[in-house]
Order: sequence, then structure tokens, then C-alpha cells
Amino acid sequence: MKMKKVLAAALSAAMVAGVFAVPVSAEGGKVYYLNFKPEQAEQWEELAAAYTDETGVEVSVVTAAAGTYESTLKSEMAKTEVPTLFQVNGPVGLATWKDYCYDLKDTEVYKSLKSDDFALINEDGSVSGVAYVIETYGIIYNKAIMNEYFETEGAVVTSMEEINNFDTFKAVVEDIQAKKDELGILGAFTSAGMDSSSDWRFKTHLANLPIYYEYQADGIGSTDAIKGTYLDNYKNIWDLYINNATCEPTLLSGKTGEDAASEFALGEAVFYQNGTWAYNDIQGYEVADEDLGMMPIYIGVEGEENQGLCTGSENYWCVNSQADEEDIQATLDFLTWVITSETGKTALTQEMGFVTPFSTIGDEYTPNNPLVEAANEDIAAGHKTVAWNFPTMPSENWKNAVGSALLEYAQGTGEWDSVVSAFVDGWATEYAAAHAE
Amino acid sequence: MNTRKAKHGRLLTVIFTIISLIYVFPIALVVINSFKKKAYISRAPFSLPTEKTFVGLENYINGIEKTGFFEAFGWSLFITVFSVIAIILCTSMCAWYISRVKNKITNTIYYLCLFSMIVPFQMVMFTLSKIANMLHLNNPVGIIVIYLGFGAGLAVFMFAGFVKSIPIEIEEAAMIDGCTPIQTYFKVVMPIMKPTCITVAILQAMWIWNDYLLPYLVLDIRKYKTIPIAIQYLKGGYGSVDMGAMMGVLVLGIIPIIVFYLACQKHIIEGVVAGAVKG
Amino acid sequence: MLCSPFLKERGKNMEKAIKKYWPVFLLPTMLAFTIGFIAPFIMGIYLSFCKFTTVTDAKFVGLANYAKIFGDPTDPFAHSLWYTALFTIVSVLLINILAFAVAMLLTKKIRGTNIFRTVFFMPNLIGGIILGYIWQLLLNGILMYFQKTLTYSSVYGFWGLVILMLWQQVGYMMIIYISGIQNIPGELIEAAKIDGASPRQILFKVTIPMVMPSITICTFLTLTNGFKLFDQNLALTGGEPSKMSELLALNIYNTFYGRAGYEGVGQAKAVLFFILVAVIAIGQNRLTRTKEVQQ
Repeated sequence: MKMKKVLAAALSAAMVAGVFAVPVSAEGGKVYYLNFKPEQAEQWEELAAAYTDETGVEVSVVTAAAGTYESTLKSEMAKTEVPTLFQVNGPVGLATWKDYCYDLKDTEVYKSLKSDDFALINEDGSVSGVAYVIETYGIIYNKAIMNEYFETEGAVVTSMEEINNFDTFKAVVEDIQAKKDELGILGAFTSAGMDSSSDWRFKTHLANLPIYYEYQADGIGSTDAIKGTYLDNYKNIWDLYINNATCEPTLLSGKTGEDAASEFALGEAVFYQNGTWAYNDIQGYEVADEDLGMMPIYIGVEGEENQGLCTGSENYWCVNSQADEEDIQATLDFLTWVITSETGKTALTQEMGFVTPFSTIGDEYTPNNPLVEAANEDIAAGHKTVAWNFPTMPSENWKNAVGSALLEYAQGTGEWDSVVSAFVDGWATEYAAAHAE
Repeated sequence: MNTRKAKHGRLLTVIFTIISLIYVFPIALVVINSFKKKAYISRAPFSLPTEKTFVGLENYINGIEKTGFFEAFGWSLFITVFSVIAIILCTSMCAWYISRVKNKITNTIYYLCLFSMIVPFQMVMFTLSKIANMLHLNNPVGIIVIYLGFGAGLAVFMFAGFVKSIPIEIEEAAMIDGCTPIQTYFKVVMPIMKPTCITVAILQAMWIWNDYLLPYLVLDIRKYKTIPIAIQYLKGGYGSVDMGAMMGVLVLGIIPIIVFYLACQKHIIEGVVAGAVKG
Repeated sequence: MLCSPFLKERGKNMEKAIKKYWPVFLLPTMLAFTIGFIAPFIMGIYLSFCKFTTVTDAKFVGLANYAKIFGDPTDPFAHSLWYTALFTIVSVLLINILAFAVAMLLTKKIRGTNIFRTVFFMPNLIGGIILGYIWQLLLNGILMYFQKTLTYSSVYGFWGLVILMLWQQVGYMMIIYISGIQNIPGELIEAAKIDGASPRQILFKVTIPMVMPSITICTFLTLTNGFKLFDQNLALTGGEPSKMSELLALNIYNTFYGRAGYEGVGQAKAVLFFILVAVIAIGQNRLTRTKEVQQ
């Protein structure tokens, strides 16, 4: 009997210890950065190592797989060693993590911003997040092949300037697709890879356009229920992508972004929807830098002749207020170093190829990136920049559902109606679920 | 009659040889593709590397760099070896105790072990990883405790089954000669249980070496990756999949298993049979 | 063993002597068992009735989580349930039939038996994640000729998984069947032959009943393996397309870690999953064991 009691006591003690064990605080300040951008994972790891070499402060970088940032952040936040530096994608992400955001008002990194537009500022004036990269996307095209096309018999247009709306673009694409053998390519578009690691190009970036135009029409900046006014346009551009590509739509579920990048880089396709960050993946192959161009994604909305590229940021740095005081300080020091030191500035702009909003990083650091130049030209031409509205999408789950429906539609196993319902109905339910409390 | 049988036998040998070749093919395919340039792998997986597509060891070097393969191999080895040792030692002692001391508690323990064998990991994955984290077991040493705890059920059950067949007189004789229970256990019981130890060791090692989800959830993956974690990280951690590096790492992941298998084949197969009969 | 009262007395003495040593013999395993199984299990049951993101902020919500399991359009749990059941049935049948057939042939005296055995068993040692990627390459390569991929529809994923499981597990089960077949006394078969039994009769009236214990074990193992399959599923299809090739274990994992605010639902699903596995395991054991007794 006695033993039973002892055993019971031991068991319950172990259980209690299991539930209430108090974390032992770590010694010295450390930085743990949970990075959102897989494209730059290696560069961040190198930069972190350089900082550790220089200062002795430990910096670890973990990159969440594409599409899993929200869940990774959540599970990491529940651990004893929490990320000290994390990212939110804008106001929607901020709503979830507001309580974890250290006020950056008095920090170097906030004060160095060129404009308050690049910060997430709360009503009480505190600063929750600071954007660190401004990016632009559109349809990247191969100028050399386009020039060849202009020479062909019966070409729909003879210069890029003439392509300024969806109907013309569609005619050009279909003509190129028909002449693909003559042009020595596999298709007008690269494969629209819908592997779960890569489908963000369409479920997020492409989906931004119908959302943008709806917001414009309704004069709003976010919504709890999308109407889907421009979903037919979304369908048109998607049809164009999948029917005039290097591969059959039935193969899309297994195709990755890397496949598309290599098709474009090897000159097998003319058009490739992606952004300034893609330069890393396509440079150094068959396509020369001067042949890289970027044009707006036209979806057939009235007045789109003056539409520009999509520019914005969905990458805001937030410092975890729940981390140890020492770690917070270490993190702020690290960020200051990144935007002021030679090593940090070079890494951000040259190696990662970012256009940054920081005044500490002068023009001499403008990344050597023809796609960034293309973006600047577009602004210089007086086109109206399309804002990034996709950070207002209600949740990752919404994006995944839209992505799945898009894929099923593309490969012929689903109807367009389910894209519409995932888009419209899904938005309302996901928004309600995310704002339940 | 006899010649017909012999012909029959030869035909079977031929058939099985063909099947064996088909069986090895998937592995051979990965080896072949590991020497091809990454852009050519998913396009034409069945073609042999040509001058244009051959890359030498580049995929291996890439894969090793991206995954930290050797480190992952080291952690996998460390965790597997020490967890198995801990499981063998602790659970065999526990099994002997509950078989020799019969009361309500030991009986309950026995049935709890039996019960734990049918509980799927998903049932406890979340709480287990939280507990591990709170008790600071999220490192390669701590995870040994977790493996001991989660693997205890099957091991205790198998050892207890074997203890039943050991004649109690031998142990009594040892104790009459003045041995303490601890001495009795290590000098008498443990040597008799050696075959069962090998069986348990093999079954547990196969499980722990290949386990993905438990270490992924429990370990601090910034610092410690096992081989399955490193491979899975390759899929998502860099935005898109580098098929070349993937092939290289897959081959590297298979080699130690095949070496181990060919070296200890007899024990492994006997272990599986023994384990199945008891289980 | 016939116990004299004297012997029994001595046994009692020994038990007493050992009993005091529980901190050495029992405690390490029991502590680990508590941390690694008992505590998480109990907390798991409790948390299935709570809303929580980490363990410390759990709020009791009664059966709300269980109510949310079915009927979510973005989460086909019911589909996953049927998909898993079907997958398990198909793979259990195919694995066992093939393994038994191969075992029968390999116990005949043919050349190279040992090599074949070695080859067939080998895939079993390779981990699920690695297996998944190997087969993804191979099957996608084949399907490419038909302009399809594994993740084109859940049917492809289904058969992909079945093929993968066959490749992995037939060898393992074969080894168990071989040992079962070899344990059948030769005289029994000889006697049946002398009585004029056809090979077919020998198979169904002698061999199969005699290897019933092996059949019990193998169906048990394949059944639980099928139901609990995770790594292979994750690596081969990742549940694509549209979560349609998600087996239960992956569905639960995704609910837990893939969706903010659904941890409680994930835990509730896990409890259901546990009950299901337990019922099936116990039921199967009862069923085949009674068959063994009858023979």
C-alpha cells in the first residue's frame, strides 16, 4: 500500500512537473530570426554567420517552408526559445500577433525609414512593424524572343508598347503559342507550377489583381466579405496561362516554381509571371540580362491601358516583445547592423537583391537587377502602380483552398465554380473564423 | 516427375530473379538520377546521364551542404544508439520486476504497456512535444527519455513474455548464494535474455532511425536535425525543390541502412520473426 | 511447474527481496513512460475538450471541438476517413496475399532463395520519408508518359501509396510467413498427400490453418501500419490535390499545425482516431484468435 502511494506521488509529481515546469532563462542576448522568404534563406544564414563572427552574438535563422509561415510561427512561439525577430505580412497578420510586437518607435531601424508608409503604426502611435523590402511583380518576358516574334509573318503587334490591355496580350500569346516551333520555344508561358511549394504565384500574387480592382471600384482597403466582381477576369488570365504553356495542364500539380524558372532561364518560354526577387533564379543561364523585361498583368478591366506593375511589401519585421530583455536588445542591435554596416547593406541589396526603404542605404546600393530597373522604368513611364492587397486575404487556409480549386480547374478535375466559391464564400467564413474572438 | 520439378524450380528462379531486379530498380533509379543535372531529373527520369547531363558529385556536395547531412547523420546515430541502449536496459529491468513481483500495481503497469502499443502517435504528439519542451528535453539527450517512454510499451511487453519462460529456480539459487536482486539481474537474468535483447534492439532501432514526426516536433530543429528531418527540410526550406540535391541526399540516406542490413542480416531477420511471434 | 508449498514460500521470499528495489528496476522506465506516454495521453484527452494554442492557455469548451470535426468544407475529414479505410483494406489484402504467395514459393527448394529473401526484405529498413521521395520520382516519371502526375487526382495518389506499401512491406510479412510455413511438421503434409488430398486441399485444409498465428500477426501489423501511415503519405503526395489524398494521420497533423485556432479540433480528431485504431486492433485480434482456437 505504501508503495502504491509513493508511486502515485511520483507519477503525479512527474505530471505536475511536466505541466508547470518553469523555463530556465538563457544567458546572454541571442537572436532567432524566423524568416519568411525561402528564396533568400541561404543569404540570411550567411549574413547571420558573418554577424556572429564579427560580434560573437549568436544569430540563428530558420526559414519556414512556403505556405507554412503562419503555422511555423505559431508552433515556434509556443516553445521556450521563441523567435526574437519574426515577420508579419501586413495588417491582417499584425492582428494575430499584435501582443507580441515590441514598440519599435525609438529604434534605429524605424528612424531610418524613408517614409512612415513603410511602417505598421498603431492608433496609439506605437510602431509594430517595419518593412524591409519593396518588391515588384508582373509578367517577366524575354525581349530577344519577342523581337524575333515581331519579325514573324502576321505578328499581332510589332512592339511591346502596343501590348497595353488584355485582349491584345491574349492575341499575342495565342499567336506565339501557335508559332512556338518557328520561334524554337516550348510555349508562350512557363508552366504554371501548382506544387504546394510554388502555387503562391497564382493563389496569392495573381489573385491580387481581381481584389485590387474590386477595392478600387468600391473605394476600400480591406473587407470582411469579397464580392468577386472581377473573378471572370481572373479566370481569363488563368486560362491564358495554362492553355498556352510549355506543358499540359494535367501536369501542373507536380510542377514547381523551379521548373518554371529553369524553363524561362533556358529560353524555352517567353512569359513568366514573377517578381524582382526571381532574378537570382534566372540569371546566368541562356537569357542575357539585357533581354529581361517586365510588363503589367492585364486582366481585361476597363482603363487598364495605364496600369502598371504590382509594387508593395508583405514583409514587415517585428521584434518579439515576449522575448527576454537581453534578446530583444540583441535583436535590435542586429537589425541596426544589417541596415548600417557595409556587410549588412551589401548582403541586403546585392546578394539578396532587395530594394529597401531605408535612408541609410543610398543609391549606390541599388541592386544590380534588371528587373528592378524594369520596375523603375514602369514608374517613370507614368503607369499607375497596382498596390499589394493580398496581405488582406483572410488566412493561409483561404489561400490554400483557392490554390487547390485553381489547380483542379486547370487540370480538368474541377469546375471554375469551386474557385469562385473558395474565393467568395471562403473569404467570409475564414474572415469570420479569424476574427471570432 | 523429378525433371519436371527441376524445370519448375528453374522457371521460378528465373521469375524471381526478374522480380528481384524490379525490386531493386527504384533504388537504382535514384542512384542514376543523382548524377544528372537537376533540370534534367524530373524531365526524363529514366534516361541515363549523358555528357550533357552528367554533373559528377555536384548533387551530393550540394545536398550535403544544404542539409548539413553529416551532422544529421551524427545526430541520427547518436539518438538511435543511446535510445536503444536505454530502452533495452531500463525496460528489461522493469519487465523482470513486474513479472517477479506480482501485485495490483505491476499488473496495472503491464496492461498500461499493452495499451500504449495501440495508441497512435497523433493522439499524443502535441502534448508530448509541449511537455518535452517544458522539461527541456528538446535536445538529443532529452529525446532519449521520450523514446524510452514512448517505446516502453512494446519493449516491456516483449521482455515480460520472455521472463515468463525463465525458470525461477536459477534466480533463487543466485539469491540464496547471497546475490542482491541487482546482482542477480545482471549476472543471471540479463545473459539469459540476450536473444530477446537483440530482437528488441533491432525493432526499436528500425523505428527510431527512420522516425520523422517525433524528432521533428520534439527537437529544437534549429540545432538538431536527423536524416529524415534534413530530407524533408530540403523539400520546403528553400522555396522550391532542388531535385539534384534531393537525389544525392536520398542515396546518402540509403547507404548506411544497406550496409547495416547486409552486415547484420541474419540477426535482423531472426529479430523480426521473434518479434512477430511474441507480439 | 508443480509447486510444493516449500517452493512457493521461497518464491515469496524472493519477491519480497526484489520488491524493495523498485527505484532501480521500475522507476526509470516509469518516469519516462509517464513523461512520454501517460501524461501526454491524459492531457490529450483533456485538451480535446478545450480551446487552446499552447497548453497553458487552455479554456474548457465542452464538446465544441468534436462538433466542428465534420462539415467543414475546407477540411474533408470524412473523406479522409473513408480514404484511409479503403486504403487499409486494399493494402492489407494485397500485402498479405502476395507475401503469403511469395513465402509459399520461397519455401520450395529453389535456387537463390536466400538472395531473393534478402532483396525483398530490404525496402523495409528504409524510412518512410525516403521511400516517399523515391517513389515520387519513379511514379511521376511513368505517369509523365500519360501527361499526368501523382497529385493529379487522389486515385493516382491512392495506388501510388498502395504500390509503395507493397514494396515496403511484402518482404517483412513474407519473412513471418516463411517461419510459419517452416514450422508446419512435414509429416502432416505427407499424411495428407497419402490420403489423396489435392494440392489445393492441402493449401486450404492444412497449410493455411497451420499458419493462422502468422496470419493474425501479419494482418495486425499491416492493419495498424495502414491506419497510422504518415511519413510515406507526407512525402509521396503531401495530401494533394485539395487534401484529397490525405490519410487520417496527415489530416490530423494538418489540422493541428496548419490552421490557426484549430488545435482543439485536431486533438478531438486525434481522440477519435485513437478510439478507431483501438477498436479495430482489438476486434481484429479477437476475430483471428478465435479462428486459431477453432482449428
